[in-house]
Amino acid sequence: MSSDSGKLAIDSKPETKPETKPETKPVVKKPEEKSVELPKFEKDISDKIVEKFGDKVEVAFVKKDRVGINVSRENVHDVAKFIRDGLNYDHVESVSGVDYPQNKEIAVVYHIGSYSDPSLASQILVLSTTAQREENPIPGHDATKLPTLRDIFYSVEFHEREIFEMFGVYFEGHPDNRRLLLPEDWADIPPLRKDFAIKGR
Amino acid sequence: MTTELPRDIKLASSEKQIDQSSSNWLPPGLALQKVDEKIMTLNVGPQHPGSGHMRLIIQIDGDYIVACDPDPGYVHRGEEKMAEYRNYITNIPHLERPVIHDSCNILYPYVLGVEELLGIEVPERAKYLRVIGAEINRCIYIMYWLAIYGIFLGHSTMFMWPTGDRELLIDLMEKMTGARVTHSHFVPGGVRNDLPANFEDVCLRQVNYFEKRIKEYAAVFYDNPILISRTKDTGVLSRQDAIRLGTTGSVLRASGVDFDVRKKEPYDVYDEFDFESIVMKEGDSYARSKVPWLDMMESCRIIKQALEKIPKSGSVRVKLKPNPKGKGFDTVYKRVESGRGSLGCYIVSDAKPEPYRLKLSVPSFRNLIALPYLLKGEKLGNMPAVYWSLNYWPVEADR
Repeated sequence: MSSDSGKLAIDSKPETKPETKPETKPVVKKPEEKSVELPKFEKDISDKIVEKFGDKVEVAFVKKDRVGINVSRENVHDVAKFIRDGLNYDHVESVSGVDYPQNKEIAVVYHIGSYSDPSLASQILVLSTTAQREENPIPGHDATKLPTLRDIFYSVEFHEREIFEMFGVYFEGHPDNRRLLLPEDWADIPPLRKDFAIKGR
Repeated sequence: MTTELPRDIKLASSEKQIDQSSSNWLPPGLALQKVDEKIMTLNVGPQHPGSGHMRLIIQIDGDYIVACDPDPGYVHRGEEKMAEYRNYITNIPHLERPVIHDSCNILYPYVLGVEELLGIEVPERAKYLRVIGAEINRCIYIMYWLAIYGIFLGHSTMFMWPTGDRELLIDLMEKMTGARVTHSHFVPGGVRNDLPANFEDVCLRQVNYFEKRIKEYAAVFYDNPILISRTKDTGVLSRQDAIRLGTTGSVLRASGVDFDVRKKEPYDVYDEFDFESIVMKEGDSYARSKVPWLDMMESCRIIKQALEKIPKSGSVRVKLKPNPKGKGFDTVYKRVESGRGSLGCYIVSDAKPEPYRLKLSVPSFRNLIALPYLLKGEKLGNMPAVYWSLNYWPVEADR
């Protein structure tokens, strides 16, 4: 992109007013420059993951103290394993489901942090994957399934149980796929899905 | 690096997978199998005062606990679902309900997140007011918890004293915000109200007295040989396990991990204060009960510094547009150190007045996973000492 802008600058010079135009142009260019100025430490983390997995992963965002990685459900287990063994992250703070009925998918987002590596103390790695969404869910018996990360991060145990009851995402390999918060006689669809409406709203 | 923890709890669930949807699915508790003639299954809660608003299914062999299966959810209110139907401002009063006595701290990550989504810069004075509010609330929460911890150990003085001394700080918050417990004080863009006249003097006087007062707890509670014999070396959580289980707050810091969000990822003006994050190495119930108490003394130091450094005048709130929206599809994850530990808020925004999804990652829920490991092998009589030392608030865990 810099070569293009250089050409433009050369083109503009012979015309007129070489002083005013360079002033206006950087304003146009700024968004591109910003995207280059990513925080270095966070960029290194995302680069390491991309270097290892290539186009299997997609870097969603790189912000201060936050790195977002999107990965398909086939590769999420391998990527999580690399994050633990290769990048020293050691626990999961939060597991959130996000329902996207228009895309027919349910995103499951892991917020992964580190206690043992002091340089990563302020960092959160946001690992996001998606499960296939069914219109008429039968939790545990439909295609809405993901591999569990409990054998990698022990701390997801209760979080994944919560996602299972609230979104109907079954975690294959999780040793304890029971309900956690919902009542035992709950017979409706998983309540945090978008098509579960609150009364009166 | 091995991943498996030594957890040979004899639950049916740990041996085979249970399908929830099939007819052989069993609710929590019924999944515990009878493993031995000698072993008895005991329900503690949900009505039992010793369990809080939850049920602990405990298997005992004689007087010793062999397994524990926590069953939360009795106070689940669907805060996250409700938040999807209300706009960013009207979410504030109901989001503080899970921990009404720590209401500033549970709103803090939400407010920080909304500000990042909207791209608002908060006035300097408001940042200090937030720190004062959050620290006073931390003390209010810890005093409440300490009172409960005292009474469940049979120490009724430790119930009366914190309950009484807590009033000092509740009065301060009432002066500051107008409400005794549910303040709804933090809003995107600052705080709701400025300080009343000569609040600083009253606050300094009350906090000085409070600090002097909590130091007296050492003589009656923390140096008490009965407390020490009941809590020392019970429910030991090693440093390694504390990290692997992803515990947070006082549980983590009592096990020797120095992690305080105020230090590691300072938000607002926390990087300007001189305070220490309390760390103890023992990892037993005694250390877990002592860390919050020492935390309160650091909170008092922060409040006093904040009262000195606060700008004497200026705006406390940025005016927002009606019905603020995000700028487009965006996500944000913010965390703060609450009275119980790191409290995170994940907001997914799709440029509508309501959040598309809001997730509260609460410390009580994260610490609950440690309970089965801590109770295994303990005497049944030590159950309250271990359980309440987790600094656990069931209503928050259920949301």
